[in-house]
Order: sequence, then C-alpha cells, then structure tokens
Amino acid sequence: MYKLGIDVGGTNTDAVLIDENLNVVADIKYPTTKDIYSGIVGALKTVLEVSGVDRSQIKQAMLGTTQCTNAIVERKNLAKIGILRLGAPASLAIKPMVDWADDIKQVSVAERIIGGGSEYDGKPISAFDEAAAKEFFAELKEKGIKSVAISSVFSPVRNDDEKKAAEICKEVMGADTHVSISSEIGSMGLIERENATILNAALYKVADMFTEGFAQSLADEGITNADIYISQNDGTLMTIDYARLYPILTVACGPTNSIRGASYLSQVQNAIVIDVGGTTTDLGVIQNGFPRESSIAVTIGGVRTNFRMPDVISIGLGGGSIVREHEDGTVTVGPDSVGYAITEKALVFGGDVLTASDVAVRLGMAEMGDPSKVAGISEELCKKALAAMVTLVEDSIDSMKVSSDDVDVILVGGGSVILPEKLAGAKQVIKPDHFGCANAIGSAISKVSGTYEKLINYDEIPRDQALEQARQQAIEMAVASGAARETVEIIDMEDVPLQYYAGHTNRVKIKAAGELLV
Amino acid sequence: MRQIGLNEVEDIARGAALLGAGGGGDPYIGKLVTVGAIKECGPVTLLDPEEVPDDALIAPFAMMGAPTVLAEKSLSGEEYKALFDIMSNRFGKKIYATMPMEAGGLNSMLPIATAARLGLPMVDCDGMGRAFPELQMVTFTIGGISATPMGLADEKGNVVMMETITNKWTEDIGRAITMACGGSVSITLFPMTGKQMKEYGVKGIVTRSQKLGEAIRNVKNVTDKTPEEAFLEFTEGFKLFKGKICDVLRETRGAFNFGKVVVEGIGECKGSQAYVEFQNENLACYVNGEIVATTPDLICLVDTETFNPVPTDALKYGKRVMIVGLKCFPMWRIPEGIELVGPRYFGVDTDYIPIEERCKGGWK
Repeated sequence: MYKLGIDVGGTNTDAVLIDENLNVVADIKYPTTKDIYSGIVGALKTVLEVSGVDRSQIKQAMLGTTQCTNAIVERKNLAKIGILRLGAPASLAIKPMVDWADDIKQVSVAERIIGGGSEYDGKPISAFDEAAAKEFFAELKEKGIKSVAISSVFSPVRNDDEKKAAEICKEVMGADTHVSISSEIGSMGLIERENATILNAALYKVADMFTEGFAQSLADEGITNADIYISQNDGTLMTIDYARLYPILTVACGPTNSIRGASYLSQVQNAIVIDVGGTTTDLGVIQNGFPRESSIAVTIGGVRTNFRMPDVISIGLGGGSIVREHEDGTVTVGPDSVGYAITEKALVFGGDVLTASDVAVRLGMAEMGDPSKVAGISEELCKKALAAMVTLVEDSIDSMKVSSDDVDVILVGGGSVILPEKLAGAKQVIKPDHFGCANAIGSAISKVSGTYEKLINYDEIPRDQALEQARQQAIEMAVASGAARETVEIIDMEDVPLQYYAGHTNRVKIKAAGELLV
Repeated sequence: MRQIGLNEVEDIARGAALLGAGGGGDPYIGKLVTVGAIKECGPVTLLDPEEVPDDALIAPFAMMGAPTVLAEKSLSGEEYKALFDIMSNRFGKKIYATMPMEAGGLNSMLPIATAARLGLPMVDCDGMGRAFPELQMVTFTIGGISATPMGLADEKGNVVMMETITNKWTEDIGRAITMACGGSVSITLFPMTGKQMKEYGVKGIVTRSQKLGEAIRNVKNVTDKTPEEAFLEFTEGFKLFKGKICDVLRETRGAFNFGKVVVEGIGECKGSQAYVEFQNENLACYVNGEIVATTPDLICLVDTETFNPVPTDALKYGKRVMIVGLKCFPMWRIPEGIELVGPRYFGVDTDYIPIEERCKGGWK
C-alpha cells in the first residue's frame, strides 16, 4: 500500500510517495504552473516514473493546494451568493460585510438577518423565523443563486437553527444548492465567523474545479484504487465531498503541512519548525504533533476572519535573498529576493547577484552550482551576512517560544542550507532527510480530527466533569470524520475565563485527532 | 463643533485602544456598529463641552458585560432609542446630546453610533479619560452625581430602569441584570446637566483619542526623529521600560482576571527586569522591584515596531513591548479620586505618587 502526497506551492509542486510504514519511497519537485492542474499532472508523472511503484497499490492520495487563497486574494472565480444570518433582533446593528472592500462585497446578491440564534448558554434569543427563511431562499432561487452562507448568533454553542435553515434552503432552492453554515467553519466572534462563511460560500466553483481536477489527473495516470483527501489548515484531512462543502478550510494548509512533515521526518512532537524557501522563511510551532493555532484574527485578502489558522510568522529571508554591503561596512540580507530566478541570477549559477545561497556555498555550508564563482568573495563579508541571517532567525525563534527554555528546532525547505546547525535558543537543530519536501510529506501523513467549543459555567457543572464531557464530544467528532477510534487522542485544549464577567464561565475548546481508517 | 466621519472613527478606535491601558475591550466590534451607523445616517456632530448649555440634559451611552459576548451577540440598533426615550420621559425633557463614559476601549465607539442613529450631537468629554472596570469609577462620582436613574436595554427589547442608593449598588445590580440578559447590555447612566458635565468631565478626550490614533498611524512617516521619540512626544508619555515578555501569569478572582506580565529588558534596559500587574487594565508597573507607575495613571504596553497597543488578553511570551506611562486626568489625583481608583482599591498596597514624580530624571 502506498500513500501519495502532493503540495502545490508558489514556486514548486512537490510530490511524494510513502509506503504503509510511512517510509518515503520517492520525493520530487516540479515547477508550479499558472493553471495549477498541469503542474500537478507533471509532478504526478515524475514521481510515478522515479519510484516505479505499482499504481494500483496507491490507496490514498492527498492534495494540499493554495487555489482558494489565490481566488480570494485575486477575486477570481468567486461565485455569487446569498447571505442569511439568524439572531434578530440581536446583531441587526452590524450588517453583513459592513467593512469589506467594494470589489469583494460584489460576491453577495442579497443579505438578510432574521429571527433565530441563541444566548451563550444555549437559550434561544428568538424563535427561528422559518417563514422569513423560506421567503429569502425563494428570492435567491429566483435570482439563480446556487450558494448560500448561513450564520447564527452563538452557533459554536448551539447550531440547530443553522442546520434547520440549511435543510430548508435545500428544500426551497434544490438539493444541489451549496450551503455553508458558520458553526462548521469558525469559532466565537459572529462577524469574523460570518466573514469566513461568506468566503467559503463564494469558493464553491473553485472547490469543484480543484477537486475534479485532482480526481481527473489521478484517473488519467491510472491511479484508480485511491481514496482522495484534501489537506486542511489544521494539519488534518478532509474527503473530497467535505472539501467541496468547506473549501475555505484549505487556506494556509501549506505551512501546516510543512510543520507536520518536519515533525514526522524528525520524529519530534514538540519543536519550532523553520521552513526556508526561496524568498521567505516560515516559522511555526509543532505541539504534540500538530501546529499551534493562531489566537488572533486572521485577514485573508482584506477580510477579517477567525477560523483556525496555524500560528506562523514569515520573515523575508530565503535562499534567493539578496546580500548587500553598505558604505558603513554593515551587511544586510533580504527582504528582497531573486526568487525562482535563483538558478540564473545567483553567482554560483553564473549570475551577477550575491544571494544568501552564494554566502552558504562560499562558507562551505552548502554545495550547489559552481563554487569557484564565489571564491573571490570576501570571507569577512560572508561571515557578516551569515551573522545577519542568524540574528533574524534567532529573534524569530525567540518570539515563537512560550517560555525561555531552549526548544528543539527542525530545519526544512529547499533553502534551509543557508542556516547553520547551531542557533541560540535551540536545544538542537535537526535537519531531517527529505527536508526539501516536508510539506508534501505532511500532506501524505495527515490525520483526521474533531473540535468541540463551548462556553461553560463552572458554577453549574464542576470543571473536571465539564472538561471530561467536552473531551468525549471532541473524540466523537473525530470518529465521525473518519478516524479509527483506538487511535484518537486529545491534541489541544483551551480553557480561558471570560473577561468582565461575574461567575466562573470559561470558553473551552478541545480538539481530538486520530489515524485515518483504511 | 466638528464632524466625525468614517476616517475619524478609524483613528478614534486606534487611540481608544491605547487609552484602554490594557483593557476596555477591543474597539473592533464597536467600530463596526459605528461604521454601519455613519454609513446609513451620515457623520456625527462633535460638540466642544463649552458649546453645551448649562441646563441641557446629557445622557451618556455604554455597554456593560463581557466583550466576548458582544462580539457574538451585538446590538440590535434599537437600544439607543429605547434607552433615550425612557430617560427623556423620566426627566420630562429632551436629551440634548450623548457622550462616552469611557474613552478607552470598546465604549469609545458606541456613543458615536448612538449619536448617528438618533441624530444627536456627541460631546467631546468622558468620565474616565481611559478605561476602568466598574461603572462607579468615573469623575462624576467624585462630583456627587448619581449613576442612576440608569437604563439598561438588551438587544431583544427588554428595558430596565433602575434607581439605587449608591453607585456601588448600581454596579452590583447592573451586573446581575447583565447576566440575566445573556452577558451584555447597552446602558445609559449618569444623566447630567451641561453644567455638571463641564465641571467634572474629562474634556476634549475624544479629540485626544483621535489625535493619538492619527499619530500611531503616522508614526513610521516621521522623518526628523525616531518613531519611538515621536511616539513619546505626541503621547506625552513616560518611557517606563522596553523589553521582551518572558512570562504571563493569570488567575481569576471574583469577576475579574488578575495577572502579571514579566518583561526582560532589551536595548538600553538590558540587564533589568520589569513587571506589570493587571486586572482587566494595567494597575502597576515595577522596574527592578521598584514601583515606577500605578493606577490611576495609565500604564500602556505597545508593540516596539508598530506602536500599536497590546491589550492584556493578547500578552504572550516573546513579544517586544515598550511600557509607557501616561498622566491621568488631574481630578483622579485628589483624595476622592485615589479612593475610587487608586492603587489600594485594586489591591496594590502602595501610596499613589504621580508618574511624573516617580519618573523624575527619566529611565534609570
């Protein structure tokens, strides 16, 4: 049995094949193409050729892709949608998309806020206004709309109104209507959650395109026995059908996959992962085998959302970063880079730009291109450049840590040769095998998960008991998404008191994950 | 008299986050409510306090409860009218203008939305000059003005009018009603005359907030001095410390979150350590074990790069911050003010000494 992992990045499309013991059989890189599809096909053909494995033995195929992010940022291929919010009279003072830019606001043809929703403790705010929902959906149908975003006040606590509205939506508008409900997408914070839901609804055509494209390219290459999965940004997988429902969850899956891949390759469960590319370096944190989530609102294409995203910082340092010596003798590296043109522009490749990679070659840290082309560069200059790069990375390592203790650091990515094997703040720096394709590997070894979130009053139910119930709920949700029960573990837990609030009410969020059932 | 439109609201929100002194709630949700109100009803007239007649009835507007709840279950937009109608009836008099009670944080925004929706002017004045956690903690309490009659309205249409014997009772009963209504309500309180407002209010605070926001936005464009110098100059702030957060400790006591953030010195503060104690807002700052600032002076943590305020619920290890002290409104420094919001009220056992005296001679 083999697993196939593909990761579409900005510069390269990576593909890996992994056997049933999760050993890497082959890993390759292929240039990403503008249409994405031909890059995937190219990567697929190459990895099959290199590995020579029996195609019928490929049982699982995983794809990580940036197409949704690109569609939002470039405002391309977004579908026209309708927006329904349940909660009136609460929240009427903030209309949907009130602070969105005009060019992306165009995705909506109609918005309505009607009765429904709940209080933080699950009590209804007002009765769900079924008649108003029906009327709104009929209007949308009239306008030829095929996708609807539905959100509801406190739906992370209680989402039955959202679910009822989704049912009615399909009854009125047809079973093939795309319905996105907010409780499946975001967490507390109505507006940010609604924003993410709106983006999700607008992405259905993009989702159809990339899921069909991936399935088709696999079929074209004779891979017909494989279950197909898509990477989510929390480091777990979703089925193709689920990805069509919730394409927004693919946003930022790239950094997540590389963090997970790095953890797998080095067999380290808790560490800081540094992924050095051609232009930028991403730093993330692996906690118990999963990426740490960002706790702040995340802006995608100018829209503020609150759905889970890996806590990643990017710095302008990569293999192609340009090195400059200034008049006062100081040396700086980046943030600009020659990017994908490194194989033409870097000195070692016969170009005329001194890059971070040239510095690494000159100092004997890396082998690439023609070392004689950098032999004439002053060693002192290179040492200063290296010191500048190390300072940049060490400062970033420090800001990702949660305490002053030293942590393990894993170095991956094609550009990671520019960094030394000793860094301040690092217990040890690990550079695993196959470090260049960590993200495709991360995609191939992903698990499936479930998340449970609720506001709990500890005066009503003792904390231990409440948390135990919440853990069970999270485990059930992971099993429901396809995890083998005996492999499911709690991977993350938040328990935060509410501000300016008497009593002992905490926001609890628990996440469980396990291996995919084969 | 001048107009407040969408651009002004952006800057006021940014400045209000700084005046929150670590607390007050993220102004974001309030800003959305306000942006919507201004887009539909047009800009708001901001009155200089001196333009308000002595006998005018002023009704401040605020929210009470958990900002986390408001971020989910925001206003219906009917609260303003419900509250102002009941208040107007109670006095048998038309409300002349509204104003903020708390210029720091979320409550800086909602009165602007109120003014826009009701077509009323807003007065450039508040009762704190910053953010504080309890509703009796306003300069008007010092002036002997009662918080009640106070109106509370939830988004469902429930309206409560209450009269109490002390402002502390108002706080306690108000919290109970807030809980019953689902964790957040809109309120109008401290109804007062123009004369009282002028006598006890923190005048010009909305304009100050806007200027602070504008300055933070532009701090990178200053050419004749470093961004840090520019920031300290326009905030008239005292640089208390600069460093890296190395620990954050939290606990909940009663209704409030207590905590302590420990900062390790960088740059000229290298080798020193500071910590700030906070409830929801920052209460006291210690450098090398010595107190350098306490409430009611404002203690603000700002990002060393962007100078954006870092609220207490966003403190995390590794963040580089500058700790800045700002002088509080002078009325807080008289004995009645210290009793209400001084260090001992918040459990910090020390006398209040004004920040400019504690920091004489600059950073040591």
